[in-house]
Amino acid sequence: MRTMWTIARREYSRYFTTPAAYLAAFLFLLVLGIIFYANIAASTMRSFMMPGSAPGVEIIVNPMTTLLVFIVPALTMRLLAEEQRMGTIELLLTSPVRDAELIVGKWLGSFLFVATLIVIALLYPVALNQLVSPGIDWGPVITGFLGLLLMAATLTALGTAVSSLFNNQIAAFVATLALFLLLWLLGFPSQSMGGSNLWQYLDLSHHFYDTFARGILDTRDVIYYLSGAALGLFAGTVIIETRRWR
Amino acid sequence: MTQTMIAVQGLTKTYGPRVAIDHLNFGAKKGEILGFLGPNGAGKTTTMRILTGYMPPTTGTARIAGFHVVDDSLEVRQRVGYLPETVPLYNDMSVIDYLIYMGQLRRVPKVEDRAWEALEQVGMEDRADSFIGALSKGMRQRVGLAQAILHRPEVLILDEPTIGLDPTQVVEVRSLIQEIGKEHTVLLSTHILAEAQQLCDRVLIINKGRIIAEDTPENLQLRLQGGTRILVTVQGAPQESLLKRLRALDGIRLVTAGADGRVEIVAEEGREVRPQIARAVLESGHSLLEMRRAAMSLEEIFLQLIGGETEAEAAAGTAAEAPPEPAEDTPTEEA
Repeated sequence: MRTMWTIARREYSRYFTTPAAYLAAFLFLLVLGIIFYANIAASTMRSFMMPGSAPGVEIIVNPMTTLLVFIVPALTMRLLAEEQRMGTIELLLTSPVRDAELIVGKWLGSFLFVATLIVIALLYPVALNQLVSPGIDWGPVITGFLGLLLMAATLTALGTAVSSLFNNQIAAFVATLALFLLLWLLGFPSQSMGGSNLWQYLDLSHHFYDTFARGILDTRDVIYYLSGAALGLFAGTVIIETRRWR
Repeated sequence: MTQTMIAVQGLTKTYGPRVAIDHLNFGAKKGEILGFLGPNGAGKTTTMRILTGYMPPTTGTARIAGFHVVDDSLEVRQRVGYLPETVPLYNDMSVIDYLIYMGQLRRVPKVEDRAWEALEQVGMEDRADSFIGALSKGMRQRVGLAQAILHRPEVLILDEPTIGLDPTQVVEVRSLIQEIGKEHTVLLSTHILAEAQQLCDRVLIINKGRIIAEDTPENLQLRLQGGTRILVTVQGAPQESLLKRLRALDGIRLVTAGADGRVEIVAEEGREVRPQIARAVLESGHSLLEMRRAAMSLEEIFLQLIGGETEAEAAAGTAAEAPPEPAEDTPTEEA
């Protein structure tokens, strides 16, 4: 357990020394700011025609999910791919650290960094609260940000697993992004054509927009994201273990 | 003092159809510096990776300080210090931060004090705050060594510790290893004969995944000075009286007892000593199972090693050993 925290701490602090992570964080907050501004501007225009239609917190939370899909691969791509390229994985795997501790530690470091970004983004609902009267409904803010954290946990866990497959960061990035987009759009065809519910259930966004974003806390969605994170961590551990046998 | 720290039995590792190491048997006692001598691709790195718990063997067992490398992997890893051939370090960390991090991973108590101590041992305390990426090859090697001795491991495994260093750095690192070898059991690999002779109490010569000779550096020297090698196998373990008798024979330069009743004899060139050997075996009460002239493979290896030495000094050898790392060099593109 202690070594797991050691690895997590190292990964977390490493984000603050690499320009790529700063760039990702900067883009995340910048794009979010632009979307926020555009939404506020649009709502202001609209309020002249339809008074009383103040924007809710969904104008912040919904774009954040999309941004996570693109930012997380950039933040997780390095986690194990870099160790494998540099050969430092040999030191980690010959240290008295269990493979699971290594994977969970790596994941935790990246998850905490993404969580930090999400927490920083709480500034936007606070700002929105100042802009609209009589203030915003804080229910959806709480569930929305909780949902974002859960989704981030899943995405970073999957990203960690994909990173452990590669020696090359760029390959890890592309593969992770492809996986996320696939999961993101999984429910799309069945949504428009009827079809099976299974695809919708597996869909990453489905569990967010209909519930968390609307202030609803459904245990099914919590379980979906938590099991997604567990699956990613399990897969990552298995991948590292099988690497030893090659 | 005679505790066995490394015990390897029938260790085999195959990569698909390729056999990297083939039924290795060897051991090392506490406080011993054991050398692994062999050309590139002989299976040295593979053996070391198995001993450090990096990967499991295909068959066979290996124990470090009594712990099984697969079943008690974490115990083994706690007791082994390892310097891989590539000296993997985190370039974005300062030397001292790196050592503290590695120490934390190995649950070293009072990790900061210990990191400084290890740094002092390798004579790098003045570079503690330098970034590893800015260090020279020799200094990286020393940081790697500091990392390997950080948790005061009972067994130290060093893969080609002097490869790619300039001559002064080689001298420094070698004396460092000798210093460390006083307290730890050291297994080091090299493809330079002189290095093995200088550093090691005992040398294993390994080629194509097999141990072809195991002896003290002095005896190896004798065995390599030409002569005819005769391998004798007797039933049961050869008695000391037999070895004494054989050594007393005229024209015999060296007698070494191996495992499973094997006795290796080096006779002077051009002398027929086999009848005398056979008589000595029978008269000392042993049953003679086999006697044959050994192939001159040792000399061939020796030549290869001599060749490797000059080559290494010229090119500061960079050839990596099995298993092949994923290729990093991009294919040359045609314009």
